[in-house]
Parts: sequence; C-alpha cells; structure tokens
Amino acid sequence: MRSLIIFIWKNYFFFLFLILEVISLVMISKNNYYQRTVMVKSTSDFTGGIQEWYSNFWEYMSLKDANKILAEENAQFYNRLPSSFIKNDTNIFYYRDTLYKRQYSYISAKVIGNSTNRRNNYLKLNKGLNHGVRKDMAVITSNGLVGQVVEASKHFCSVMSVINTHTRISARLKSSSQIGTLKWSGNDYRTGTLTDIPSHVQIHVGDSVITSGYSYIYPEGHLIGTVEDFRIERGDSFYTIDVRFSIDYNKVFYVYIVKNFFQDELLRLERDEMKE
Amino acid sequence: MPKIYAQTLRFLILLLFQVLVINSLNWGGYIYPAFYIYFILVLPFETAGWALLLSAFFMGLGVDYFSNSMGVNAAASVLTAFIRPTVLRLMSTKRDHESNILPGVRDFGIAWFLSYIVILVFLHHLFLFFLEYFSLQGLLQTIIRIILSSVVTILLALLVQLIFDQNEKK
Repeated sequence: MRSLIIFIWKNYFFFLFLILEVISLVMISKNNYYQRTVMVKSTSDFTGGIQEWYSNFWEYMSLKDANKILAEENAQFYNRLPSSFIKNDTNIFYYRDTLYKRQYSYISAKVIGNSTNRRNNYLKLNKGLNHGVRKDMAVITSNGLVGQVVEASKHFCSVMSVINTHTRISARLKSSSQIGTLKWSGNDYRTGTLTDIPSHVQIHVGDSVITSGYSYIYPEGHLIGTVEDFRIERGDSFYTIDVRFSIDYNKVFYVYIVKNFFQDELLRLERDEMKE
Repeated sequence: MPKIYAQTLRFLILLLFQVLVINSLNWGGYIYPAFYIYFILVLPFETAGWALLLSAFFMGLGVDYFSNSMGVNAAASVLTAFIRPTVLRLMSTKRDHESNILPGVRDFGIAWFLSYIVILVFLHHLFLFFLEYFSLQGLLQTIIRIILSSVVTILLALLVQLIFDQNEKK
C-alpha cells in the first residue's frame, strides 16, 4: 500500500492528467442534447449576463445591417395589415370569431451569442423563463428559420441553430408539395441538405423550400431557403438537394420565439399513439 | 506571489478574449482559432505539473462553459498541457537551465518559438476537432479546418509575442 502511494506520488503528473481527461470525456458524453442532465447548465445567468453586456457594447457596430433588416420586415408587416387591403367582399368577418383560435404567439428577442464556425452551433437570446420561453419553441426571423430552444434559464435561452448537425427539420418543396428532411452536413454554413424527396418528382433550381407543418415546433409554410443544386446519388432512389438558406446565419440580430399553443396536445397525442 | 496574480490576470484576459472576441467574429465558417491555448504554451519553465494541468483544465472548461461544448475544449487542452513538458525536453537548448526565462521569442528567438508553437498548436487543434466531430466522416474537410485554424492561432500567438512580451522587463 505504502509503495503504491509512493508510486502514485512520484508519477502524479500522469495520474492527474488521467483524472482530468476522464472528467472531460465524461462531460462530453453526458452533454448529449438528448440527455442533458449536465452538472453545469450552460445557459446560466452568469455567462448570459456577460454575453449580453458585451453584445450591447458591440451592437452599435451592426446597427446599419440590423436597421435594414428591420425596415424590410416592417414593410412586409404593413403589407399584411387589414388597412392595406380593399374590402371587395361583403361577407362579415369578426376579428374575435370563435371559428378562429389562436395557435401561435411571438416573442421578440435579441441575439446575444452566435456562432457559425462549429459543427454544432448554438445561439443565445436575451429572453428566458421569465418572459415565457420554454424548451422546444421555434425561433424564426421574418424570412427564415433560426432554430429551436433547447434550454432556458430565468433571463436567457440557448437555441440549437439550424446549422447544427443534430438538427432535423421536416420541409416541403413549395412547387410539388413533396415532404423531405432538411439537415446540415456541417460544412458550408450557407447551404443545407434536403433528402427523402423521391426521384420521380420534377425539381427546378430556385424552388422554395418551406416548413411542412408536420412538426409540433415550427409553424407551417415558413421559408427555409431555395434549391441551389440537386442530384441522385448512385444506387439511391431519392434526391439529394442542396438548399441555400434564405438568411445569413452570421447576420441574425433580432429574432422571434414562436409559442405553439397546441404543442402539449400534439405531444400527448403522439405519446398515446406510441402506447398503442 | 505577484507572479501568480499576473498569471491569473492573463488567464482571465485570454479566456474573455477567446469567448467574447474570437468566438463572435466571422472567420468564414471554416476557421475556429483556439487561441486560449497560448496561455499554456508560454507558462514559465518551472511551472509545476499540477498547475499546468489544472490551469489547462479550467481554461478549457471556461471556454466550453460559454460555447455549449461541455468537455471538448477541456479534454483537448489538458492533453496539450500533458504533452508540453515532453516537447520542451525534445527541443531543449542550453539556456533552459537558467532561471527566470520564458518559452518565448525574447529568450529563444523566433525560429525556436515558431517550431515550438507550430507543434503544440497543431496537436491541440487536432485533438479539439476530432473530439468535437467524433468521426472520420468528411476527413478532408476536418483536416482543412484544422490546418486553417492552426495557422490563424499561430499568427495570433506570434503577433502577441512581438507586441507585448518583448517589452516585458525581467
């Protein structure tokens, strides 16, 4: 026993290295997105606070771009206002008609942390549990998808970006209404890959790719990107389609967090379905 | 004692520089310079083994904590810190028995320093990127990323050496 202790003491450099390395590797394996029972929550208010302070500081540098994007968005919303339409139908239409039930509500948020150069990119936003943000909410801008909330603390939340190799999004080709799965391969942050579109479908470069509405996270019909290139890999009966994202992930400043009021109901249904 | 304060300050500055400046700049999608490893590379020769490993561990953990990659940077930088004494021994010159000298351009010249950081920075990025991707898929892409990121880190390290550490008084 004594000699063992002396042996360890003499080679402590190696043993300390071993211990630290094992701790790190355990952390890596535990930090899986699906089993996030991590000892350190990475969306802590501490790191969020530092990042928000810093992003406030640099916000002035990107004001020009941010303003342009917001102005374009405003124009789009003006186009949807009832006052920009002439009523040429005499049917009566009530705003609070019980035929309509609200499905989505939107919370605006500022991006305080972002990356595009990793394989698994995440964003941080300045809204959290206190503002009604919960796990599995969608994050979008007016003309593109940003990701989904994976973690929320009191004042901040972490968003798994579309450009993250774990992301899977149910997408639809607008022209042919075919459903496929959108992934990101981890290479170019401007293009994703759409798979599972059968080879008999006609595809054109420039076709829009939108969300299918089959997921309980993303609202239906939201633009993701456009077809840039497509091919059929040898021995495959499905297309591999390169999709150019409609937004530049390096330039997202303000985003909307989408709350789906029917998410719980859909999830419950899915759970019951599994039990059958 | 003041030496420890100076190193702690340098530790914090490098950590914040990594997570706030480097991680938020646009490097073109392919490059992720892990410049924080510079802290481990230029620690004095007489730094104790435990201090080397622990500071590498906490530096890596700090970077992970900010970038949602728990453990990846910590594992890579501990491995780099473990290799550092071996590399220094292999590259030993007559001078490293003198006290109060640092592994840097000032004491050893630019050629020695360059070959020293090229080895360790490249190894560090190699560990880092393979730990993060954890597969040999897209091997060529990964290698291109490793090389580009290493080059940027090495250039940054040289720049910092030439600007700051030259004028430091002994």
